[in-house]
Amino acid sequence: MSDALVFHFDVDGDNFTSAGQASTQVKKNLRQLGLSPAIIRRVSIAMYEGEINMVIHANGGTADVYVTEDYIDIVLADQGPGIENVEQAMQEGFSTATDSIRSLGFGAGMGLPNMKRYTDSLEIDTVVGEGTTITMRVNLA
Amino acid sequence: MKISMIRDLLDAEVLCCEESLESDVYSACGSDMMSDVLAYVKDQAVLLTGLVNPQVIRTAEMMDMKCIVFVRSKKPSAAMVSMAEDDGIVMMATDKRMYDACGTLYINGLIGTKAVHV
Repeated sequence: MSDALVFHFDVDGDNFTSAGQASTQVKKNLRQLGLSPAIIRRVSIAMYEGEINMVIHANGGTADVYVTEDYIDIVLADQGPGIENVEQAMQEGFSTATDSIRSLGFGAGMGLPNMKRYTDSLEIDTVVGEGTTITMRVNLA
Repeated sequence: MKISMIRDLLDAEVLCCEESLESDVYSACGSDMMSDVLAYVKDQAVLLTGLVNPQVIRTAEMMDMKCIVFVRSKKPSAAMVSMAEDDGIVMMATDKRMYDACGTLYINGLIGTKAVHV
């Protein structure tokens, strides 16, 4: 990915209000690059769900977006609690979010399924107690 | 359906982006859970919600939605109005409850079934 255009963001884990700012910025950047609205929407929704997850489950982390001619990679890395059972976490409706998170409109158990739905590939590298790195790819070609 | 018709049917107060009231919308989604909203892309859509926080605006922005309707007399903060203005999203508030608001729009022709799976 040496010739990729890279956007890097630090995601603040303490501020639910600002959650999603990185995805908003990426959406603007991709618009400036002239990508199709459908591609931009898929990338920004998948990244937004991931960003929200990092804020509500992992006290923030980093988000890197790599744009090449052929694909866009979104890499979200945190040092949160990790995911104990990935298969369970991928099921629609499963969530470990608290009621206070639900009252904010998230925690319906759709985050990871939505990230998979909108991307061409989703890889989850997680170690309980150490953190999670999620890599998503949206193909352009 | 024109956004101005939504305003009229729901007797809603328009909070920003009045200049887009004559834009057309083709589908709608009613939910307080943003991830449920994010699950299905609909074209030119309206979001009806009783949830009031900045993530409602972000969700609508990510989905390229044209209009947000707050039900049950909920009112967004000035910061949220400003966010919606920046995104060009018409925002309005109605006294109607979610079920009544969705039903009113549905029977007047704004059906919510044009989900596009991507």
